Amino acid sequence: MKRLLSAFLFFALLVAAWHWAFAAGIWSPVLVPSPESVARYLWEVLRDGTLWDCSVVTMKRLLAGYVIGLLAGVPLGFLTARVQVLRDTLGVLALGLQGLPSVCWVPLALLWFGQTEGAMLFVVVMGTLWSVILATETGVRNVNPLYVRAANTMGSRGLHTWVFVMLPASLPFIVSGMKQGWAFAWRSLMAAEIYVTILTGFGLGHLLHYGRELNAMEQVVAIMLMIVLIGLLADKVLFSPWEKFLHRRWGTGK
Amino acid sequence: MTPGSEISAPPSARLAIEQVSKSFETSRGRVHALDKVSLQVAEGEFVCLVGPSGCGKSTLLNMIAGLEQPTEGTVAAAGEPIRGPSRERMMMFQESALFPWLDALGNVMFSLKRKPGLTDQERRETADYYLKLVGLEKFRRANIHELSGGMKQRVALARALAPNPRVLLMDEPFAALDAMTREQLYGDLQRIWAQRHVTIVFVTHNVREAVCLGDRVVLFSPHPGRIREEFRVDLARPRDINSVEVAGYATRITRTLKDYLEHGAGI
Ligand SMILES: Nc1ncnc2c1ncn2[C@@H]1O[C@H](COP(=O)(O)OP(=O)(O)O)[C@@H](O)[C@H]1O
Ligand SMILES: [Mg+2]
Repeated sequence: MKRLLSAFLFFALLVAAWHWAFAAGIWSPVLVPSPESVARYLWEVLRDGTLWDCSVVTMKRLLAGYVIGLLAGVPLGFLTARVQVLRDTLGVLALGLQGLPSVCWVPLALLWFGQTEGAMLFVVVMGTLWSVILATETGVRNVNPLYVRAANTMGSRGLHTWVFVMLPASLPFIVSGMKQGWAFAWRSLMAAEIYVTILTGFGLGHLLHYGRELNAMEQVVAIMLMIVLIGLLADKVLFSPWEKFLHRRWGTGK
Repeated sequence: MTPGSEISAPPSARLAIEQVSKSFETSRGRVHALDKVSLQVAEGEFVCLVGPSGCGKSTLLNMIAGLEQPTEGTVAAAGEPIRGPSRERMMMFQESALFPWLDALGNVMFSLKRKPGLTDQERRETADYYLKLVGLEKFRRANIHELSGGMKQRVALARALAPNPRVLLMDEPFAALDAMTREQLYGDLQRIWAQRHVTIVFVTHNVREAVCLGDRVVLFSPHPGRIREEFRVDLARPRDINSVEVAGYATRITRTLKDYLEHGAGI
């Protein structure tokens, strides 16, 4: 309750400061919109459904690519950790490509897939995949070998050991890889949406782009706010449960 | 093995280690961990392996567990050569090796997970029974990181006992604990061993601990690992590690140990 209150106070002060700065007329209203105009714009797009529709389009793209990236990344990470040949090949590739800012995939995606949903999916998958592979690989290689031995004496072999011992044992690493993958995917998707118009669906990035084209600063700022909010929400919904679990069981972090 | 044959003909737990050698290829060349070691362990016997570190005690235990294969010689349980791990021979390690992603009960249930012919309900009841046996029924839902070192080893003991193994292999299980906790566990282990007629091979480098627990103390010498001498401990149970008798045996064994450490391994 106290934490909630201090957070609320902080943001209230922030908005108040913004309001006063606007009222003082230091900057041109064309460059810095008032909080009221931003709120008005948000209310409008909320009422006519634009905001909801665009958010859904964006989230669908993000989730689809993210899930594909996870489903491919975790097993590939397991394999790179376990197979020497894959570690020397796929492992090095993953390390290299993970270092590539994920925005760099956008031009390539456009050339390969054109202005399609495929391009969006590709960008998100590339943002997710390499981080997840690398984190899983590190996780598996850091599993205490004693766990595997103990599991073997308890009758666990092969796939059973992988699923019920290796996977949970590397969870702390995998979860941080999932977070990083999510952040990369989110950034690259926004870049892609701002950069390219796709007729099959307008996302939040497009709204931001049109805000700039129309010189509607309140739209730009409002959408930025939305993007921040969705990021926070994703963190709470997607990662908080995992982090709570890690904290409870391993006694780490918080 | 089908569940049926397990019931009608329980295999004898007698362990037979015949002329076993084990060497490892390392970057520094070949390491001879064990050299022509022979050892028999009778059904229901409590044998302690003692020796300075590096003399192959863990290696021998791992081979009995089926986690490693001998380079030469044979290791057999109940007349059958050991080819791999089995729930007939459960292992306890120096670090508890408990799984942090499961709670205490979950850890004990894991060792029953692959045991055929049990319902989940039976697994839970069995796990509860063993947690009670080691005195941790109040901590069944505790997370592993919340347990003290001694409690962790109790959970590990419950986990090792739960599948009802014939042989319990313990690799310095109490080495990291404080003296008070250790003494409690000596008492508990002797009680559980007497109740369950399980065969125990117990590795330690603490001679007093070995005398307190074992029917027999087997002394190892290093480079390469060999059996140097065996002592039979004829003392009534339960034994107290602080008793004069235990101290007397321990002094004799320690003297022998010192002798060959000072006069070299090549006597
Ligand atoms: N997996 C291994 N690879 C290489 N050398 C090993 C391995 N396991 C044990 N050794 C070597 O074998 C010897 C005996 O080890 P160990 O059985 O652990 O001794 P102890 O348990 O008596 O301290 C040591 O010299 C150790 O370095
Ligand atoms: Mg050892």
